[in-house]
Amino acid sequence: MNTLLEVRGVSKRFGGLVAVSDVSFSINEGEILGLIGPNGAGKTTLFNVVNGVYKADQGAITFAGKDITRCSPDQVVHLGLARTHQIVKPLNDLTVLDNVTVGACFGREYLDKTEARKVAAEVLQQVGLGDRVDMLARSLTIAGKKRLEVARALAAKPKLLLLDEVLAGLNPTEVATMIELVRKIRDSGISVLMIEHLMQAIMSLSDRIVVLNLGRKLAEGKPDEVVHNSAVVEAYLGFPDAVHKMTLAGKLTWRK
Amino acid sequence: MILRRPFFWIILLVAAGFIYAPLHGNNVSLREDLILIAIAIILASNLNLMIGYTGYVNFGHIVFYGLGGYVGLYLTTMRGWNLVLSALVAGAVVSFCAFLFGLAILRLRGAYFALATIGILQAVQAFVSNFDPWGRSTGMYLSFESYRPLGGARHALWITYYLIVAVMALSMIVSLTIKNSKFGLGLFAIREDEDAAVVLGVNATVYKAIVYSVSAFLPAVAGALMFFKNGMIDPSIAFEYMLSLEGIVMLMLGGQGSVIGAALGGALYEKLRSYLLTSPVLSNFHLVIAGGLLLLVVLFAPGGLIGWLYRLVPRARKVIE
Repeated sequence: MNTLLEVRGVSKRFGGLVAVSDVSFSINEGEILGLIGPNGAGKTTLFNVVNGVYKADQGAITFAGKDITRCSPDQVVHLGLARTHQIVKPLNDLTVLDNVTVGACFGREYLDKTEARKVAAEVLQQVGLGDRVDMLARSLTIAGKKRLEVARALAAKPKLLLLDEVLAGLNPTEVATMIELVRKIRDSGISVLMIEHLMQAIMSLSDRIVVLNLGRKLAEGKPDEVVHNSAVVEAYLGFPDAVHKMTLAGKLTWRK
Repeated sequence: MILRRPFFWIILLVAAGFIYAPLHGNNVSLREDLILIAIAIILASNLNLMIGYTGYVNFGHIVFYGLGGYVGLYLTTMRGWNLVLSALVAGAVVSFCAFLFGLAILRLRGAYFALATIGILQAVQAFVSNFDPWGRSTGMYLSFESYRPLGGARHALWITYYLIVAVMALSMIVSLTIKNSKFGLGLFAIREDEDAAVVLGVNATVYKAIVYSVSAFLPAVAGALMFFKNGMIDPSIAFEYMLSLEGIVMLMLGGQGSVIGAALGGALYEKLRSYLLTSPVLSNFHLVIAGGLLLLVVLFAPGGLIGWLYRLVPRARKVIE
């Protein structure tokens, strides 16, 4: 399999705080990679470094064979790397359709407005907002806004999609449809890097998982390797044999 | 296509009206009224590109008009250039200056950007007040000779009027074109959330610098024409801070972000102002009333006349641009 994104030895400091420290990982084409870790582990900062919102203090990032370490976010999108935001950023006074048209207009294919509208309408259908196109983005529900984030990123026709907690704040039904959507996105040939706190979801979706803690990479591997890694368990729960005990007690089942 | 937009034809119709009305019976006083309205529409429409489209409040917009006036008058009087060429060159020069200013100050946001625009206005005014070739604080006067190529003063004034009306129509057409373009969509995205826009692929730095420079071009051309018509210029009338503020009032009144709103606001406010200024009782209060009006609009109809209409009839959003 070909490597799509490679992150090598990336660090990011804010004054004295080291938010991300010497993190390396890679994503292959067609893969879903989960990024997990306790609050404050540096997951979102890592996203921001990858898509160019922040500049890495150290390390290098290559995407589809190009060095994007010094690229700005808009350049990164043109290369085919789109993202969503954990805290949704709808363009409130524009319609849902216009929001997504922005994504298509300025994405990888840099479409003109007429074509971008067509793409936007298709993508909105795909994420289940097909009946909301003429609404103002501000009047969507939170679940709608999360879908809008995904739709805008998809309209850019990315090769790699960064999803930052798209499941947070959704009710169980909404979570289920969103998980279905992420699967469909992967099946359409787009690789996904996702941050998620909802363990059950990310365990079942991801091909591989990277665990961050205090800005460092703690572990990497297949979902069940990761959950049984004692360093990971300690980071999350505070004592190493918790998983073992809970599994014995039948309280922990990761597989579907 | 712009030709399929009904508002394109409405704009042309309005411009035709502006040309025809004073011609009928050679009504010079009506012409002078309309010229002020045209200037108000030009200023408000171009300011709308910054405030209404991009979300950047420019308190120093008048600097473009004044600088355009200076460059234009300098070229016509001192260099003996023809009027149209001088006005276009004035537009280009000022537009280029704006591009450079823009690259410098457009990294600021919100109140800081607004403050920087005031700074630019003050700095340019201070520079011009001390600039020898432009007559320092006494300014420049047009020699009567300059009217001769246009067939004498009387003719020249009419020609200048037509040109200003053309610039007015052009201002609205530019607003309309940008509003419906991909460029405009990028600007709206910046207005709504600049960080999100950049992540979606909009090159905000370049877009802002371009729109800032575009918003300078036609006001500068209008300034060149207007001060040619007035025959004199000095720093205090060229860079009249009050007019800069009134531009914002016009925009808020009509409805920022809307092509028609900006034009309507400009025309209505100018009408109101000239009424107040000439009224014996109220003439000293016109700024008080302007301030009060702004307060009322901001409090009760933050979207201006057009915004109020949009709220009343949501479908109007699609029809009225």
